[in-house]
Amino acid sequence: MGNPMKIRAAVKDGVTEVKILMQHEMETGMRKDGDGSLVPAWFITEVKAQYQGRTVLEAQFGQSVSKNPYLLFRFKGGAAGEKVTVSWVDNKGDSRTDEVAISA
Amino acid sequence: MNKEINLGRREALKAGGGIGLMAVLGAYGLLNSTAAMAEWNKAAFSSKAMDEAFAAMGAANPEVNATAIQLSVPEIAENGAIVPVTVSSTLANVEQITIFVDKNQNVMAANFIFPAGTESMVTTRVKMGQTANVVALVKADGKFYRTAKEVKVTAGGCGG
Repeated sequence: MGNPMKIRAAVKDGVTEVKILMQHEMETGMRKDGDGSLVPAWFITEVKAQYQGRTVLEAQFGQSVSKNPYLLFRFKGGAAGEKVTVSWVDNKGDSRTDEVAISA
Repeated sequence: MNKEINLGRREALKAGGGIGLMAVLGAYGLLNSTAAMAEWNKAAFSSKAMDEAFAAMGAANPEVNATAIQLSVPEIAENGAIVPVTVSSTLANVEQITIFVDKNQNVMAANFIFPAGTESMVTTRVKMGQTANVVALVKADGKFYRTAKEVKVTAGGCGG
């Protein structure tokens, strides 16, 4: 299991804004360590955000997404207390799912 | 008698074939609606050049449209490891937004799929190895559009 994400979801005027901060090294596979050997690629490949069991955003990442990836997006609907769930999978098969309640 | 048996066998084969086809279609539909929808496009993410990446995304020659796509990036990035990128679009029925950095070793950074009801905008952060163009590719109503902006990088974010 990866490290927990920080997720914030807030509804305003019928639109929910979601901010996600994932904790992941996002190694490109091109960086060399102190010994001069390549650090193997290790990065999140897929992200999915769901609201009430419905997908509201899907993403695929490559190695160029920054360490500890950040996402911000908005979807129509949402009410305080309802849940937004975010999941990611990385190229090593590790995964992480976190959930947050929408705030008003 | 023989004929009847043969007919029976044929009917059975036909029926079996039909069930087989339906099972295949059913499985495809299921995959298409869940897992395979977010399938990682290896060809696109391994592309070393923009043309190659566009082709792998099925967007051979996207129309340049700097007015319907709003691409927000810093003019100068002091830290190439964290370059904020916001892409939004006023086009109708935006299905997909893809972000590229044209001089990174792998040019495609991230691809976003927007279901109906999700606003056509996304913010993320990308790594840039050197001064380069950030390119946004937007798919709306089945058509592809693009725009680009240069970001001057004073310290690269892809090395060690």
